[in-house]
Amino acid sequence: MRIIPGNIKGTGMESYSLKHSIRPIYKITKTEGRTSPKISIPNSFPNSIPTFEAMKILIVEDEPELLKTLADSLTKENFVIESAVDFHSASEKLAVYEYDCILLDIMLPGGSGLRLLEELKLGGRSGNVIIISAKDSLDDKLQGLELGADDYLIKPFHIAELNARVKAVLRRNKLEGKNAIEMSNIVLDLKERLFLVDNQIVSLNRKEFDILNYFLFNKNRLVSKNALAEHVWGDHIDQSDNFDFIYYQIKNLRKKLQLAGAAIEIEAIYGIGYKLIEK
Amino acid sequence: MKLLNQSLKYLSVSILFILSLWAVVFYFNLLREMKESVDEGLENYKRQIIYNAQTDSTLLTKKEFDEGLFTIFEISKTEAEQTKDRYLDTLMYMQDADDEQPELEPVRMLSTAFEAKGQYYELAIINSMVEEGDLIEELLWDALWLYLILVLSIVVINKFVLQRLWKPFYNFLGQLKSYRLGTSNNLPDAKTQIREFQDLQVAVNALLQHTLETYEQQNQFIGNASHELQTPLAIATNKLELLIEKGELKNNQAESIAEVMQLIARLVRLNKSLLLLTKIENKQFLNNQPVSLNEIIRQTVSDMEDIAEFTEVEISLDETANVTARMDGSLANMVISNLLGNAIFHNIPNGRVKITISENTVRIANSGKSEPLDAEKIFTRFYKSESLSSGTGLGLAIVKAVCGLYGHTVSYRFEEDFHCFELKFGGS
Repeated sequence: MRIIPGNIKGTGMESYSLKHSIRPIYKITKTEGRTSPKISIPNSFPNSIPTFEAMKILIVEDEPELLKTLADSLTKENFVIESAVDFHSASEKLAVYEYDCILLDIMLPGGSGLRLLEELKLGGRSGNVIIISAKDSLDDKLQGLELGADDYLIKPFHIAELNARVKAVLRRNKLEGKNAIEMSNIVLDLKERLFLVDNQIVSLNRKEFDILNYFLFNKNRLVSKNALAEHVWGDHIDQSDNFDFIYYQIKNLRKKLQLAGAAIEIEAIYGIGYKLIEK
Repeated sequence: MKLLNQSLKYLSVSILFILSLWAVVFYFNLLREMKESVDEGLENYKRQIIYNAQTDSTLLTKKEFDEGLFTIFEISKTEAEQTKDRYLDTLMYMQDADDEQPELEPVRMLSTAFEAKGQYYELAIINSMVEEGDLIEELLWDALWLYLILVLSIVVINKFVLQRLWKPFYNFLGQLKSYRLGTSNNLPDAKTQIREFQDLQVAVNALLQHTLETYEQQNQFIGNASHELQTPLAIATNKLELLIEKGELKNNQAESIAEVMQLIARLVRLNKSLLLLTKIENKQFLNNQPVSLNEIIRQTVSDMEDIAEFTEVEISLDETANVTARMDGSLANMVISNLLGNAIFHNIPNGRVKITISENTVRIANSGKSEPLDAEKIFTRFYKSESLSSGTGLGLAIVKAVCGLYGHTVSYRFEEDFHCFELKFGGS
């Protein structure tokens, strides 16, 4: 996996800066124009998948604090973040620029996010939209997906979950079916559901595969036990906040990684969650 | 007691009272009338006898009551002068046509004195009277018959007239009984021209309307409140996650944050459950289709297998029938995973969960605390058997609400040290 170290200054785009934003104003440089950045596939790894750095994401969200945290988190993944806080500014931005992924709140001052989606659909550009809504409404969901949205994420969600969803959307739209995550000496083939270490297949059960996949989408990021439980075991694990069974699964997964000699490691963080790092 | 019967009771008692009073008064009136009439007859007879006695002296020697029903005795002048007309009731041996031998019969006797040809005589005339006992008996029977006929007519009138009059009331009552807040679409309405019933309907429906509005407002409030909480909760969760990620924390600080995160996670779960309950009650699940419970159960069991393994609980599944219900798929999932989750989490080490699927029935039984839960309360919101439990206390309320929505039933029993939850599907 190609890693652009630290920041994205080299890309010629202004990155979102945390320090100055009481009100979130995200700018994009004029030179950037209408085109989205090209996906860079490093030549040295012919089979490897592209990285997502330097991809442009628009967050349309009227709640400034949420917008700020989402932007913060996605900036850590080296995405370029732009934002709009109401219907009109979002509409203007969408008319002028192209984005690799759009996070769209439905209830916006000035109009419904679904109308923005309609506009995008008319232009044939609605495929990379993730609706983020406080409303767990089947109608909205169906309507949104019908209008071409790629995913529907209900607030509140974990940052890890957002990362995973955004990356999944970017993968689907940019890779045309080829879908594998490579890192150090491991490959996780999402399509065939295979895990390879040094080109040797390591058998994982369904949960272990899902956990590893989730961690790889959140490399170097905190994945809380709550987020992991919700993602892998589903929403229904409501009975208990005793997530000891997660520890049990992680322990098994770690053992398998170690035995296979994988150059990745799952670290525990303060007993809150885990982090996947390269050795 | 039904109104009809109650009114019948009061009416029959009061009629009995009135009728008895009437019978007594009637008896005395009748007796008086009869005596007066007999007395008049005796008076007439007296005149006739006295008149005849002036010419026919044989009459003056009649000492016995036989055919003539009178006696004449000679008396002194002073005696005669002291004698006044006197009526009295007495008894006398007589033989009526229907009697086999003479017996004591009540008679009315008039005794008087008169003068004929210078001599003074005492005259006693009798006339047989009706037997009072007979009269009373006769009257009693008549009154009884009258009473019976009256009561019978009241019953008939009640049955046919009153029941018809009360029909709109019972109709309205029936509708009211089957009325369910938030489920029934129309307010009860029984067509009637009767003012009182119309007033009743207006009053009851106004009350219902008000209750309905309150109910809807309450639902809406819970919905809105939970909804508004989503965004702040999202911000809080995400901010804390970012804070932890920075990694500049001391262990004890991180622990505190972890605790806060757990609390927020609990809030989020609670909030989601409340939203879900509101949605179920507002019938916002319309994606109904035939759902195979067998499949859902198998899926849920396989999803939770690792948790069960971790908590050392053995799950067994016994399928003897295919159960299909027409409902929302995600709700069906929710019901099964809530029940199964409870069965696993509220279990004991090396415990068991037994799932049985039979005709229209799904039974999930688990070992656990060896005392029964409160079957009445466990399905109510926020009921927790263990105060330490960090569950939302809404899981079973959701199960119940979903079942209520589709007309299925869920029940709890404690059998042979197993907590059994049984789902009965209405068959569809």
